[in-house]
Amino acid sequence: MAEVLVLEKVSRRFGGVQALQGVSLSVGSGEVLGLIGPNGAGKTTLVNVVTGVRSASAGRVLFEGRNITRLQPFQTARIGLARTFQIVQPFPDLTVLDNVAAAALFSQRGTRLSEAREFAAEQLEFVGLGQFAAKSAHTLTLAMRKRLELAKAVAMKPKLLFLDEVNAGLNASEVDHAMVLIRQIAKRGITIVLIEHLMKVVLTVCSRIVVLQNGALIADGTPQDIVNDRRVVEAYLGKKYAQLSAARG
Amino acid sequence: MKQRVYYGALALLVLLGCLPFLDSSYALRIGTFACMYAIMSVSWTVIGGFTGYPSFATAAFFGLGAYCGGVLINKGWPLFAAAGAAGVVAFAGALALGLVLLRLRGHYFAIASLAVAEVLRELTNTATELTGGGMGLNIPVSVTGSSSVMGEASFFFWAMWALLLLTFIVVRLIQESKLGFGLVCIKQNESAADMIGVNATIYKSLAFAFSGVFVAMAGALYAAWVHYIEPPDVFDVLFAVKPIVMALLGGLGSPAGALLGAFAFLGIEEAVWRNYLQIHSGVLGLLVVVLLLFLPDGMMSISKRLSQLGGRRG
Repeated sequence: MAEVLVLEKVSRRFGGVQALQGVSLSVGSGEVLGLIGPNGAGKTTLVNVVTGVRSASAGRVLFEGRNITRLQPFQTARIGLARTFQIVQPFPDLTVLDNVAAAALFSQRGTRLSEAREFAAEQLEFVGLGQFAAKSAHTLTLAMRKRLELAKAVAMKPKLLFLDEVNAGLNASEVDHAMVLIRQIAKRGITIVLIEHLMKVVLTVCSRIVVLQNGALIADGTPQDIVNDRRVVEAYLGKKYAQLSAARG
Repeated sequence: MKQRVYYGALALLVLLGCLPFLDSSYALRIGTFACMYAIMSVSWTVIGGFTGYPSFATAAFFGLGAYCGGVLINKGWPLFAAAGAAGVVAFAGALALGLVLLRLRGHYFAIASLAVAEVLRELTNTATELTGGGMGLNIPVSVTGSSSVMGEASFFFWAMWALLLLTFIVVRLIQESKLGFGLVCIKQNESAADMIGVNATIYKSLAFAFSGVFVAMAGALYAAWVHYIEPPDVFDVLFAVKPIVMALLGGLGSPAGALLGAFAFLGIEEAVWRNYLQIHSGVLGLLVVVLLLFLPDGMMSISKRLSQLGGRRG
């Protein structure tokens, strides 16, 4: 399995806070990697550093073997990195269709607006928003906006897609639908890094999971390894509980 | 609907080109000013309306263009070459300045853009050798080749009118282009635009440059038209404020709205000025406030409002 993304000892500091400390990680092509960790562990910062929203204080980021540490967000977008935002970021007064068309238009050079709109319409059908194409994006419900984020990201024809909490705030059936979509996106051959709080989603969708705590990587393995890892249990539930569960076997 | 308004505005503009046949120097003077202000408000739409960056740099572009044009004409350049050069200088200057200024957002950008005119004015004041400084710059050369007063007035009207036509069409083309789409994305959510691959820095700078190029050319025409310019006249802050009010009056973000807004504003201003000479500024200000209060989306929203009203009644 070729590596799409490699992080080499990536650190990021915000004043006195070490948001990421020496994170080394590689993501294989076609993988669905789960990235989990308690609140404030540095998950979103990691995505921000890779996509160029924040610069790394130290370390290197390689995408398909190319050093992208210093690239700007619009540049990483054009080479095949896409992301969804934890807090959805639509263009509120554009139509749903044009939101997605913009993503298709600007992420690939030489695309015409008419082609972009056509492609966008297909992506809207894919996420199930086809009937809302002509509505303004701000009229959508939260669940639909999350799907719009997905459609936008997919319309960029990314090689690597970061999904930052696409299920946060959704109800059970909406989450199920989102899981189906994620699986279908993976089937297109798009490598996915899934940031998620819902363990049910991570454990069923991901083939491999890495755990961040206080900006450091503390575990990396199959879903089975991760749920049994003592440090992970500690990070989520505290030392006392970890000892208790270890004693029980 | 949008198309109809655009072609309507275009038709009105073409009709305006017949003004010299009225053979009234008063109408020509008003008409030339109307075209000049419309160039400013339509240009401002690119940065203020499409991109959402409230620029007060229009006065800076106008003054820069006026002085560029004036100096070059005095050096023996033909008028249109001088105006073209003024446009190029403004475009390049705005592009370079935009890379720096457009890192600021909202009020910060507004204040910074306001300062540009002040800086240019001071520079013009001190560069006495080139610009005549505070004494102003005489442009005695007749560039029109016409000896009659009416001939010259018609010439400058048509020049300004043609420039307005060009501005209007180019701005409309920008609106329909990939650039225009990117600008709207930037206006609505700049960081999201960044994430889908819009090079926001370049796009914004281009918008700023396009908001300046035609204004500077208008400035050059103005300098040749009035034969005498001085810093407080061409770097007047009103050249920055009025185009914004006109664009708001017409309907923010629409080139046709900016065009109609400019004509409406000047019409109102002229009427008020004639009837309330002593308090015309106050009356005009009050009128603008009332208009914006009751028609916040500008004149472009009138037909929509009427149809809503009709719908309610029916």
